[in-house]
Amino acid sequence: MGSNMAECHPVGFQWVMEAKARGARIIHVDPRFTRTSAMSDAFVPIRAGSDIAFLGAIVNHILSNGREFREYVAAYTNASTIVGEHFRDTEDLDGLFSGWDREAGQYDMETWQYAGTPTAPSAAHREETPTGEAFGYGAMAEDPQPPATDPTLEHPRCVFQILKRHFSRYTPQVVAEVCGVPTEQFLEVAEALCDNSGRERTSAICYSVGWTQHSVGVQYIRTAAIIQLLLGNMGRPGGGVMALRGHASIQGSTDIPTLYNILPGYQPMPHAATTPSLAQYLAENTAPAGVWADAGAYIVSLLKAWFGDAATVGNDFCYGHLPLISGDHSTYRTTLDMADGKVQGFFVMGENPAVGSANGKLHRLAMSKLDWLVVRDLVEIETASFWKDGPEIDGGELRTEEIATEVFFLPAAAHTEKDGSFTQTQRMLQWHHKAVEPRGDCRSELWFYWHLGRIIREKLAGSTEARDRPVLDLTWDYPLVAPHDEPDAEAVLREINGVGRDGRALASFAELADDGSTACGCWIYCGCYADEVNQTARRRPGREQSWVAPEWGWAWPANRRILYNRASADPAGKPWSERKAYVWWDEEARRWTGHDVPDFLADLPPDHVPSEGDKGLRALRGDEPFIVQADGRGWLFAPNGLLDGPLPTHYEPHESPFSNPLYGQQANPARLVFHRKGNRYASGAEYPYVMTTYRLTEHHTAGGMSRFQAHLAELQPEMFCEVSPQLAAERGLTNGGWATITSPRTAIEARVLVTDRMAPLTVQGRTLHQVGLPYHWGWKGLSTGDAANDLFPLALDPNVSIQEVKASTCDIRPGRRSR
Amino acid sequence: MTTRMGFFTDTSVCIGCKACEVACKEWNDVPDDGLNFLATSYDNTGALSADTWRHVAFVEQPGRWLMSSDVCKHCTHAACLDVCPTGALFRTEFDTVVVQSDVCNGCGYCVPACPFGVIDKREPDGRAWKCTLCYDRLKSDLEPACAKACPTDSIQFGPLDELRERAATRVGVLREAGVVDARLYGADENDGVGGFGAFFLLLDDPEVYGLPPDPVVTTRDLPGMWRVSAGAALALAGAVAAAFARRW
Repeated sequence: MGSNMAECHPVGFQWVMEAKARGARIIHVDPRFTRTSAMSDAFVPIRAGSDIAFLGAIVNHILSNGREFREYVAAYTNASTIVGEHFRDTEDLDGLFSGWDREAGQYDMETWQYAGTPTAPSAAHREETPTGEAFGYGAMAEDPQPPATDPTLEHPRCVFQILKRHFSRYTPQVVAEVCGVPTEQFLEVAEALCDNSGRERTSAICYSVGWTQHSVGVQYIRTAAIIQLLLGNMGRPGGGVMALRGHASIQGSTDIPTLYNILPGYQPMPHAATTPSLAQYLAENTAPAGVWADAGAYIVSLLKAWFGDAATVGNDFCYGHLPLISGDHSTYRTTLDMADGKVQGFFVMGENPAVGSANGKLHRLAMSKLDWLVVRDLVEIETASFWKDGPEIDGGELRTEEIATEVFFLPAAAHTEKDGSFTQTQRMLQWHHKAVEPRGDCRSELWFYWHLGRIIREKLAGSTEARDRPVLDLTWDYPLVAPHDEPDAEAVLREINGVGRDGRALASFAELADDGSTACGCWIYCGCYADEVNQTARRRPGREQSWVAPEWGWAWPANRRILYNRASADPAGKPWSERKAYVWWDEEARRWTGHDVPDFLADLPPDHVPSEGDKGLRALRGDEPFIVQADGRGWLFAPNGLLDGPLPTHYEPHESPFSNPLYGQQANPARLVFHRKGNRYASGAEYPYVMTTYRLTEHHTAGGMSRFQAHLAELQPEMFCEVSPQLAAERGLTNGGWATITSPRTAIEARVLVTDRMAPLTVQGRTLHQVGLPYHWGWKGLSTGDAANDLFPLALDPNVSIQEVKASTCDIRPGRRSR
Repeated sequence: MTTRMGFFTDTSVCIGCKACEVACKEWNDVPDDGLNFLATSYDNTGALSADTWRHVAFVEQPGRWLMSSDVCKHCTHAACLDVCPTGALFRTEFDTVVVQSDVCNGCGYCVPACPFGVIDKREPDGRAWKCTLCYDRLKSDLEPACAKACPTDSIQFGPLDELRERAATRVGVLREAGVVDARLYGADENDGVGGFGAFFLLLDDPEVYGLPPDPVVTTRDLPGMWRVSAGAALALAGAVAAAFARRW
């Protein structure tokens, strides 16, 4: 669901095909019949933007039919935990949770807390609340006392009962009305999932940006997590919620982040208001129990990796050298600031926002306000040339001679031309070796940034200004490799892995200390260079090792292939079933053992009960597998960490042709919207169709790597839209002809592909047509076309600031757009 | 001669990624086939040609979407090879059929000879081109580029005997699973071309994929035709002689 795995992850999809050959049943739920649907045993068409109603109904189906894996749920989730008496559900408040501050447009999470626990830090300001990726352990209370529970799950305020009530109105009839999925079809999916879960069997849920790119996207994934926890599919082989990423190494770029609000290993970025000092940072971010109890060791080791000998106990390990964030600096916020003249310079690499971001025109106009712009790419992409050949130049809205932006276009080396690692969706790092030297002036990003730093440091050498210390104190000493003085990528990996007092590579993050004796560039990657060996370069064939294949690449943390795998054994430490045995307690050896590296303290017995003074993993019980959470439980109900509610709720997309039949609250109340010129939103029935964007196998994201290649461009040579024969008839569209698609932002044109694969749905008693828009195109390259993203508004998920481009509204007419 | 090598293309696991088309062109330095939006499902290369040696067909049917990677069949009885006057087309030690581009004179006899419309003349250089089953890779013990790139093993390469056995098993598995229309295409040595070196598992009639249901080597009737013409020539010569004889 929310993924077109066969088309967007064809190499990974070979394993789905292999599973299918071994008897797995594949079900695809998607607005379109895609190449993934073609390979599936069942295809369920759904209205784009309605997935929580579908998934919520599965939750309801499980709960009202007693299909949950009761023992697992009672022992391993927070089902039994009692929530504070002031909590009010969307059932009580017509689509809102308690704590909604209408004026501020955000929630105060105080009433969502467990009963009896001190409240979390005030959530008065969105900018100061760690969320999304920047949320280590959920800001659990300082008090290490376990929260009150009711193991019978009968207490009216226990999570299990709250969950039941919350999802009680998500019935098969609601699915039919909201999603357009007939009841029988829904029940078939729900039953298949339940039948294939439990002691003997497990089911996996795969999703991708079809779930994330919504104004309530994070909650889509939360709903899947709830299902998998209820069915006992977490921490067990064949289970899980698999996040298929949008790019190679997008996983890596959150682990070692390109995001403004986290440091490597999901450590929150220091904040000017709440954590200006190391002491405050540690007070705020150290958990009473679980892996985040050692937050101090992670941050101090990071500072030692970055600032080396300059980082000492006396100067708080140079904590003051880190930049402090003071607000929302996410991509779209920054773009709007750029448009308002508040941003001077912009580096762009591995991205083509001129056509790849929602409301592309707004991006192009924003970039025209910059003083300077640096674009590094394989070819001159639209982002590098918008000032001379963009649609606004064509249309006369911008004049080249009036754009003051100084644009630097620098040629980049491809992945085949440099060493490095990819971190894939399973958290596995895989090393890639340079095959050829880059041509001409093409260079790697590593080369660019290292030499940029070198030149800046040379210019600052001898400076006594305090503001220059952070740059001058950096360790900047990787060995250089001929012929281009390329920094040695393995030396970078080794720095990320970390070293101990003796200067030798560390084997595990358990060795990290908060006294400055260890240095580690990313605590979760510690061990990827254990024994001074690049563990990520291991390629022992599967047939030469166990089925878990621990010697293929290296997975964080600690080469564990399945997270929370202690849950693959029952509370007493025995496998739930022989068939699904994975990790278990060896009573004789007094250790956890099994096919994978146990994701648990190796010698913590199943019957361990923490006593006063126990810290970190020992502060958890021996039967609490979710060691990242301070309560060791899988969270059905999330008292912290989400800005739009502790439970997923169906809201309509920001732009929807339907009203929300479940609540008075139409859309996610906490979503981020920007009422401003150039970002006008649709209202009412003006735009009757639902539009959704996606990728094709033949192209790569915004096209920089594919539209300029003849062998790829010929396979999908023009921008096109996909419509049903019924919609074609309704609007007079002809197969192979042209169509103009309009939204309040703009009008784009596309060739028409009429196909039965875009089936109309019956939603709220009327026929709904959906328009499919691949988003690969722009005006440059061999294969050209209008950018689908230009149609979409900025309407963002509040937790991660991601744009809603998977469900919006449009109109469509035959013919080309006016020029 | 070494073992006969070939392809088994199992279309039941083809995900239509076209990696075979791209890998083929990259390895064999085949130019693009023109950037034309064909509005024919996801197929924009259209058919096998001088510039497309692997071609993925997309067939949209109610409730299913068939995808199939077509290629030169490397026929047991290859008409293209029979009619080539220069010897540019030859049968390799792997029992595959290959055009030598440095020998081909561009006469084009092979083009209409192929019962599948595979071999084709490239307009700019006038010569005939088609799949070589990566002859150069085979000589280096490498599998053909398309098979190497195929993520789901829809394209399998190997000794033809082994492939036929594997294919028979696969059809059995599919039929047992209820895919009653699964059948092999080109695996029968007694068909009109003596069986294919590159055969297929299809999920519908060959015509659905644009393939001839009962291909026959176009040179099959040549010996007979020669015999008939020779007879006719002799008869004509006799008649002429007889006519003159009477006058004398």
